[in-house]
Amino acid sequence: MTTALEPRTGPAWRRSPEETQALRRAGNWARRAPLLPALIFLIIVTQLPFVVTLIISFMNWNAYYPDERGFAGIDNFRRVLTDVNTRDSIITTIKLTVSVVLVSLVLGLLIALLLDRAFRGRGVVRTMMITPFLIVPVAAALVWKHALYNPEYGLFNGVLTWIFGQNAPQPDWVSTMPLTAIVVSLVWQWTPFMMLIILAGLQSKPLDVIEAAKIDGCSGWQIFRHMTLPHLRQYLELGALLGSIYIVQNFDAVFTITSGGLGTANLPYTIYQTFYNAQDYGRASAAGVVVVIGTILIATLALRTVSSLFREEGAR
Amino acid sequence: MTATLEAPRTAPPAAPVRHRNRTGTLLTVVAWVVGVLFIIPVLWMLLTSLHSETDAATNPPSIFAPLTLEGYANFFGAQTGTSPWPSLLNSLTASVLSTALVLVLAIPAAYALSIRPVRKWTDVLFFFLSTKMLPVVAGLLPVYLIAQQIGLLDNIWLLIILYTSMNLPIAVWMMRSFLAEVPVEVLEAAAIDGCGLMRTLRTVVGPMILPGIAATSLICFIFSWNELLFARVLTATVAQTAPVFLTSFVTSQGLFLATVCAASVVVSLPVLIAGFAAQDKLVQGLSLGAIK
Repeated sequence: MTTALEPRTGPAWRRSPEETQALRRAGNWARRAPLLPALIFLIIVTQLPFVVTLIISFMNWNAYYPDERGFAGIDNFRRVLTDVNTRDSIITTIKLTVSVVLVSLVLGLLIALLLDRAFRGRGVVRTMMITPFLIVPVAAALVWKHALYNPEYGLFNGVLTWIFGQNAPQPDWVSTMPLTAIVVSLVWQWTPFMMLIILAGLQSKPLDVIEAAKIDGCSGWQIFRHMTLPHLRQYLELGALLGSIYIVQNFDAVFTITSGGLGTANLPYTIYQTFYNAQDYGRASAAGVVVVIGTILIATLALRTVSSLFREEGAR
Repeated sequence: MTATLEAPRTAPPAAPVRHRNRTGTLLTVVAWVVGVLFIIPVLWMLLTSLHSETDAATNPPSIFAPLTLEGYANFFGAQTGTSPWPSLLNSLTASVLSTALVLVLAIPAAYALSIRPVRKWTDVLFFFLSTKMLPVVAGLLPVYLIAQQIGLLDNIWLLIILYTSMNLPIAVWMMRSFLAEVPVEVLEAAAIDGCGLMRTLRTVVGPMILPGIAATSLICFIFSWNELLFARVLTATVAQTAPVFLTSFVTSQGLFLATVCAASVVVSLPVLIAGFAAQDKLVQGLSLGAIK
């Protein structure tokens, strides 16, 4: 083919292979250039600190004893992994994340189904539903702790007094069920988030197919079970994934409602405390490394989910 | 169809319709009840913030107590003299500047990942997302130590840089999804009409992605405004942000319910405004552009 064309393209048109390569390279760099500032910025600000964490995690370094700084080998890791507190906080983190994500996902699904039909005031109800998500997390935690859970004049016990009179039970919500108290306040904030994602899924479902199923005499439950739910699967997964990313890292609610007491200290809170109160840098870093490894394991799974969603979009 | 001709057979279909109507009304009522239940804590916060401290702390609650702005006056330092304004301004500075920085970095990056994509652009995109999954708390100590070394502790610029890195992945994903919606034909048409790259971007692409830019900025603003952990560890008196002020406020003043509620309302107000303004694009933003 090239031989046939050669006479047509005169010598002036021909480029040496080096030139073509140089041009392509220049083109590639022109494509990359807009990307680089963001990429470099992100690598410096997010990856560099982790290298430092990794180094410190192998060091014996407590800010209270600056003279004893030195190489510690895997001591910090041994201490972190054998420490009862760490193990407890890992379990707490899992309990907290799983329960908040599951409950808010189920509630979000039910409410999204309620809102997926035309009725009077649908826009108002939707706005009311979104509002909890738009309260600053610390503020929300403060309001739940003081204005709702407070045993003497919180709204919950106030309502109990309304219903049952002066002999009403007046539980101290936060001390009797600390983790549940945190979970409930977080579910309140995250259900709107799940609801929004699932509602978007519901509104994108193929109506013609469902119409056809209805004509064929499928019941509402059959349609939901075999058509709506499979269609929603990727949206439920996305909600669970994003919810987990944020709730695993939750600090505000634990810090505000219980200050990590009563067995509610999750990993972020425990690391914060090791670093902030105990000033044990080596150990805090080792805990950080453990968290990162754990997160990478979960995140690999999570990223696979997103990329499957993504591929579908690309295929469309 | 034939059923309409026969009188006896028209009756049965009518019953399910009425039945459906009744279920419909029931579902509407349930939807309203759920909506009200979810907003009650917010309304209660608002109502309590407008009561006097004595009326706020009663059991059973006094809903119809006279309204007053005492709580707000207290929050703004009527009794203690500590004003929340510096911390509110710090929050505003950190949120606005980091959002601006995010846009400056994210829009070109999103361009290089959508309109004229680099090779392996999906890998790059997922690298951005993966940084979002690294737990913030694991980076806390090194950031603290580095900031200490270069003298950036208790400096608002440290928070601006950190919030930028926190929101950059979200913004890149969002902006990419908005830019990917720009049809190739439009770009080709502009090129044929002799538009240069910059002119195409300014006059053709710009207006099309403006709503996307607005939504992205509002979401970045919300996340920066809400952040507590970094701000608490890395700032003290000078660069303290509103959420930090809120936590220290409660511990130092003891419990003043109306004041705490007033404080929560004031601090949440910018987020509420930004959130309602971005309501339509909220899902797209929160799902990192995965949902249209």
